[in-house]
Amino acid sequence: MTLTPTRPRADLHAHGISKSFGSVRALTGVDLVLPAGQVTALMGENGAGKSTLLKILTGDYQPDAGTIEIAGRPVSFATPIDSRGAGVRVIAQEPEIVPFVSVAENIYVGALPSRAGVVSQRDLRERAAADLARFGFEGFLDPATRGIDLSPAQRQMVEIVRALIDDPQIVCFDEPTSSLSDAETRMLFDLIARLRAEGRAVGYVSHRMAEIFEIADTVTVLRDGALIGNRAVAETSVNEVVRMMVGRDLSAMYERNRQVPGEIALELESVSTRDVTEISLTVRRGEVVALAGLVGAGRTELALAIAGDRPVTAGTLKVHGTAHRFTSPADAIAAGIGLAPEERKADALIMVRTVRDNIALAVLDTLSRFGFVNRRDERKLAERYIAALRIRTPSMGQLVQNLSGGNQQKVVLARWLARQTDILVLDEPTRGVDVGAKAEIYAITDDLAAKGVAVLVISSELPEVLGLADRIVVMREGRVTGELDHADATEERILTLAIADHLSSEGA
Amino acid sequence: MTTTLAKHAPAPGQESRERPIARALRTVGVQNISLIAAIIALAAAIGSQNSAFFLASNIKTIGMAVTISGLLALVQTVVIIMGGIDLSVGSVAGLASVTSAMIFMNAGSAASLVGALAIGAVCGVISGCIVVFGRVTPMIATLAGLIAFKGVAQLVSNGRAQGYTGADPFYAFLARGTLLGVPTLIWVLVLVAVLIHVMLSYTKVGRNIYAVGGNDTAARLSGININRYILGVFALAGTIAALAGILITARTGSGQPISGSEGLEFQSITAAALGGVALRGGKGSIGGTILAVILLGILLNGMSLLGVNPFWQNLAQGTLLVAAVVIQQVRNGERRVGLPK
Repeated sequence: MTLTPTRPRADLHAHGISKSFGSVRALTGVDLVLPAGQVTALMGENGAGKSTLLKILTGDYQPDAGTIEIAGRPVSFATPIDSRGAGVRVIAQEPEIVPFVSVAENIYVGALPSRAGVVSQRDLRERAAADLARFGFEGFLDPATRGIDLSPAQRQMVEIVRALIDDPQIVCFDEPTSSLSDAETRMLFDLIARLRAEGRAVGYVSHRMAEIFEIADTVTVLRDGALIGNRAVAETSVNEVVRMMVGRDLSAMYERNRQVPGEIALELESVSTRDVTEISLTVRRGEVVALAGLVGAGRTELALAIAGDRPVTAGTLKVHGTAHRFTSPADAIAAGIGLAPEERKADALIMVRTVRDNIALAVLDTLSRFGFVNRRDERKLAERYIAALRIRTPSMGQLVQNLSGGNQQKVVLARWLARQTDILVLDEPTRGVDVGAKAEIYAITDDLAAKGVAVLVISSELPEVLGLADRIVVMREGRVTGELDHADATEERILTLAIADHLSSEGA
Repeated sequence: MTTTLAKHAPAPGQESRERPIARALRTVGVQNISLIAAIIALAAAIGSQNSAFFLASNIKTIGMAVTISGLLALVQTVVIIMGGIDLSVGSVAGLASVTSAMIFMNAGSAASLVGALAIGAVCGVISGCIVVFGRVTPMIATLAGLIAFKGVAQLVSNGRAQGYTGADPFYAFLARGTLLGVPTLIWVLVLVAVLIHVMLSYTKVGRNIYAVGGNDTAARLSGININRYILGVFALAGTIAALAGILITARTGSGQPISGSEGLEFQSITAAALGGVALRGGKGSIGGTILAVILLGILLNGMSLLGVNPFWQNLAQGTLLVAAVVIQQVRNGERRVGLPK
């Protein structure tokens, strides 16, 4: 094997790492050990502090307190360059790829091999081809392909090769498999096994329990910015790890007051758009329906179509029995549909405006007379929803950008509550939200359903789907593959519907 | 209230105990207080060199001089808050100036006023349509307008000043008249400033303009027809630019295709940036822009009073724009380009 390390084996020890952003504590006294020749899985829910910890290892963030040692020597990373120099590389989940240059140039970006300042494209391609072969990617990546033409998996591979040509002793992967097919995942695992055999320290962040138990030696669990514990994979179980991650009884979090659903509020009959095909589903008043499936199954695209932001090309969308064809979100809102989109910062919130402005955004017409906004009514409205949803903000005049993820999400919900929409589409409502706020968002959802709102929740977290939904509609590759009642649903059954064919076609 | 509520409320950048001075700072805004301080300092510096600066006649001169660029700065503020920029306002003013004089010669002052404003509105709608339907960024769409509208002004006038409005009572009143001892020109600026301020701060339309500039996707998904707002705001910018053009005609007594309006787009952007309008949109106020317009007016007036070579004025304005934007970026904690954070 040509992947011989040139540096000595090195363990990484981080002690008592703390990091705050403003008054939000992202990490509190966390210890992390990445021993050479082992794969250490770093687990925790969204917002547990994994990404912050990785960014401290790359030198993107500086810790407020704590020390890092590599091979017993203390190091400090003021910039990513320092971290790389010390032999640490983190493979980003969404790598930066230069769109209009070749894979070869993307691999060596920043340090293009040149002679007297002249880059020889031929040398570059040959070197890239050799490096790709060295890491076992030769069949998957052509050095001449342009960055813009790469699939997410190929972009990931470019990032991996970029990192490994520096011969790092400590390699961390940040959710590397989220965009990979099974065959690609298999290849990555082979590579990780090699890195481990060569005596490198491997850190591995993932949400996928099965992967952890397959490739990791130890599991380190974080929760709410604190270290919960380390376990040898051989001596622990999925249940124990989940308990450590969640830190509370899951069933209490998902307490639902299930209703007998009312009449049909939203009905899709063979609805197709550019991204989804012949979707049929119904959501009744007082019912929570979950849309489950893998990332890329077309759920977000369907949500946007329901909210009037993507054209429906075929089929019928009925609201309270009346067929509609929306041409803009304004039409859908007028029909009583609200959407809390997946990318809350990019698509839902006006970060530079206040909590009050954001809550009132969709109801300015009802708060206005002759075009003038009644500020007293607006304040009362904001006050009411800040109290009702327990939005933690020093005042309604605070800018939304200064709120935590959970409180930002509550502002988005408050906007639609203020609008009194009777059909609500929530796309990944708890992504990037801490456990406490998560429970509150579940309670709000339950309360809305109890008041007769029809709720459609898109979620990639199976426990959330199982805990929250009355019915579960599963999508795969733009189509509905099945529907389960909450009483019959299990993680396995949902997953089978979400990926079954995917697996068999991969195998062929 | 700040002490009790702030305790359980994580809010980075917000002090838990506010002193009265800090509270005053927050109400008026650091930006505006710095501008007022700069105006006082600049006035003191110029006045100490040349006492003629503080004469009522000179202050009136400053007021009249800033009216035209001030009007453009006001609408530029609205366009930038909405997340756009309008580089064509100067050219639209020039086009409105020549056409107002030409219509005046044929149909009188009322028709010239209405006609020129309508031409301005059409120019704005054209820019807006290019942005909305051509999916072109406002910067490029209005850069094209900057050149093209100037070309139209030159074509219709053959590149020469047009008509004579100096003897018309309406135009004379605009140029030299006073109301309650204050020049009409200044009244026009104040009136437009108040109207735009009321629109931005108190109406649904104004609030939605901030929303579109702050996050257009969020605005669209909240039911705001953003295309209509883009078209409307560009039409407003064209109309007010045309009003500025009419004032150019009034002051010079004839329609000017280029002189008197060239470079005004730049002054208007400088004033807006200096006044604290975020160039990314969503943030800013008319008050800040007005203060910046006054600051710029005093600076230019002072430079000519002190006999500074007029070519320095361009350099001073360019420097101010850079300084204003640098301060904005630093205060927003922007990442430096090309450097790791």
